[in-house]
This record gives sequence, C-alpha cells and structure tokens, in this order.
Amino acid sequence: MTHNRAFLKIFQFVTFFMMLLALYAIFVYAPVEKSMGIVQKIFYLHVPSAFLAFFAFFITFIASILYLYRRDHRWDVIAFCSAEIGVIFCTIVLITGPIWAKPIWNVWWTWDPRLTTTLILWFIYVVYLMLRSVAGENQRSNFSAVFGILGFVNVPITFLTIRLWRTIHPLVITGKGINISTPMIHTLIIAFVAFCLLFFWLLINRIGLEKMRFKVEEIRGFIEDKIHLEHEKQGG
Amino acid sequence: MTFIQKVWAIVWKDITSELRTKEMLLSMCLFSFLVLIVFNFAFDTGLKNLRENISGILWVAFIFSGLMGLGRSFGVERDKGTLYGLLLCPISPWGIYLGKMIGTFIFMTIMEIFTLSIFTVLYNINVIPFLLPLGLIIFLGTLGFATIGTVFSAMSATTKARDVMLSILVFPISAPMIIALVKATGIILWGGAIQETYSWLKILIAFDLVFLLLAYLTFGFIIEE
Repeated sequence: MTHNRAFLKIFQFVTFFMMLLALYAIFVYAPVEKSMGIVQKIFYLHVPSAFLAFFAFFITFIASILYLYRRDHRWDVIAFCSAEIGVIFCTIVLITGPIWAKPIWNVWWTWDPRLTTTLILWFIYVVYLMLRSVAGENQRSNFSAVFGILGFVNVPITFLTIRLWRTIHPLVITGKGINISTPMIHTLIIAFVAFCLLFFWLLINRIGLEKMRFKVEEIRGFIEDKIHLEHEKQGG
Repeated sequence: MTFIQKVWAIVWKDITSELRTKEMLLSMCLFSFLVLIVFNFAFDTGLKNLRENISGILWVAFIFSGLMGLGRSFGVERDKGTLYGLLLCPISPWGIYLGKMIGTFIFMTIMEIFTLSIFTVLYNINVIPFLLPLGLIIFLGTLGFATIGTVFSAMSATTKARDVMLSILVFPISAPMIIALVKATGIILWGGAIQETYSWLKILIAFDLVFLLLAYLTFGFIIEE
C-alpha cells in the first residue's frame, strides 16, 4: 500500500512537471505560425486530446468485452472510468476545435466526417454514462458493457457514411495542410507525452476512487447489519 | 417445437394481444400522420418543392412513431409482469430477441404502409412507380431500426425514465443508418435509378448485418438478472 502510494506521488509529480514543460513549450518554445497566428497554438491541446479520447473509448470497448467474457467486476470499473475520462477529453476536443475553426475556416462548425464522427462519439459516451446512472444496480454492468461495444462498433460505420454523405456534396471548406517546423514537432511530442501521463494519472485515481466507494459501501452494509442485529437483540 | 415455431409463437402472441387492443398500432399511425402534418406547416412544403427535405420528413415520421412501438415492445411486458414469463420460456435469448424484433418489424411495416399512403396524398408525390426500390430501402431501414431498437427496448424497459432513455439510446447509434436512408430515399423519390443508391444500400446492409450479429452475441447479457 505504501509502495503504491509512493509510486502515485512520483507519477503525480512527473505529470505535473510535464504539464508545466508542455505549457512552456507551447507558449515560449514553439514559434507563432505565420498564416494562422497565435490561434494555431490550440493545436497542441487539440490533437493529444483527440487521440486520448479515442484511446479512452477503445479501452472502454476492450474492457467491456473482457467484462462480458470474464465476468470480473474490475473490467467494468475500468470501462466506466475510462469512458468518463474519455468524455472529458472529447469535450475538450469539441470546444477547442470550433475556437480554432472560427478564425481559420470562418465558421464554428462544418459537417466534415471527422467533426461529425467526434460529435456522435461524444453523444454515445455521454449516453453511456447516463445509462449507468439510470440502470438498476444488478444490470448496470451488463447494460453498459453491451452499450460500450455497440457504440464503439458504430464509430467506423458512422465515419464511412458521413464521408460518403459529404463527398456527394462539394466540400465548401477543406482543412489546409499545416506546415510544421521542427520546434513545433517537439512541442507536439511534449504535449502528447504530458497529456498521456495526465490521462493515466486520472484513470488510476478514478479507479482508486471507485474502489474506495465499493469499500465504503461494504462497510456501510456491514454496520447496518450490525445495527439490525442489535435492535433484534434488544427487541427480543 | 422447432426454433422457428418457438419464435413464431412469440411473434403471434404479440400480434394477438395487439389485435385485441389495437392501442399501439392506432397510436403509431395517428402519430406519424400528425408528424407529416406538423412538418407540412413547419416547412410549407406544399408551395416549394424541397427535394432534400421530403425524404427526411418521411423518415422522421417513420422513426418517431417507430420509437413509440419500440417503447411498448418490452415496456408492456414489464408493466403487465409478463417479462419473467417470457424469460422462463424454454427458448434461447436469441429466440426471444428474434420474436420481439419480428413483431416490431411487422407493426412498423403496417404503420409505414399507412404513412406512405397519407404521404402520397398530402405531399402530392406519386410513390407507385418507385414502389419496388422504395420498398427495398424501407425494408432495410425498418430491419435496422428494429434490430437496434429491440436491444435498447429491452435495456430501457427496466431503467428509470424509460421512454426518454430509449430515444437517447437509439439516436446516436442509428445516425449512419438515418443518413443513408434519407439520402437513398431522396434519390429514388426524385426519379433516380436504383444503381445510384447502391453505395447507400451497402451501408444499410452492413449496418443491419453488424448489429444483428452483435445482438446475437450480447442479447443474453441484457435479459439476465
């Protein structure tokens, strides 16, 4: 236990340090992009978040399958925690995207395949979290595991469909290729590592919190049983 | 009893109980009729020919009233306490699923035939020349909708806020299907050849097959308690 805690402390410190380093790299080290200006810097937050959102949902998908296969409660906890953090990163993607798009594309939103797929992905996992909160105690794990699988399988179908939908109409706005200089690549890598560390740090802590919740419930049940017994003794 | 006979028994049970009350079919048909009227007011479709919108209106009518039917598919079993009876039947979960899915499919098809005839009159579009390709698209769409809908109907029947939950479960997953259906129907209704819809039909077929397979694999987990 203490060993674990020491590891977490170190992990936390490294994550904190990397986040600071990423901030320094983004605002000081990386040059300002010529045509887009300062708004391009949002790219360093946007890209790692997008990757981690997809990665988190992929973990949910795999953990859901393993849960249904193994019936081990731990996989359910991992699937749930990963989905929750994935929704946070997906929200960051959906907020930073339009902020960047407004000055560059001149619109907040376009129904491009990648954007639309991300939006639907976000919806699917918000619904996933909602399903968990309304489902009964004994069905929650099964329902959310099934939904986690259905939702993830749906993503490639959605992407292909929307690509077909949008290529039939002419694309008014296309993403311009961004010329990236070496310091920019360095910055992106640093931001990437920092965000990955942040993700795993959040995931580990969230799982720890969920475990603690179980323990509290267990103890509460135990105490309630005791009180019942006492009452019965006094009554009898 | 063979597997098919068992599935048919479940379908027949749903049809019989529906024929006795006629509650669900009537309300589904009336609702889709109302959706068509509301959209006529909202878009003023009688004056301008909104090519793209018209197939969308048709599918919104189908899907909204289909959702009503879906909500009742397992909801009624839950309310009347017959869900456990159904689960105790000597049949695999996949059989229960198929029976319920085919029942929903049949009710939706009846509602769609009714809606389509109202649509022909109200929107002044003659659908008779396109009946075959349109029928194929509607068949694939209804099958896909019943496929995912039955899974989610079974899920939401036991949760709180049942009807709301069903809609928000169905819509994000059915997004690709709705796009393909509206596009394909639009092409057909405006005189396009069936060949033009092939890419959309492929998506619809893939969607139906993938989710039927997933339903086969996962439905047992949903109804176990």
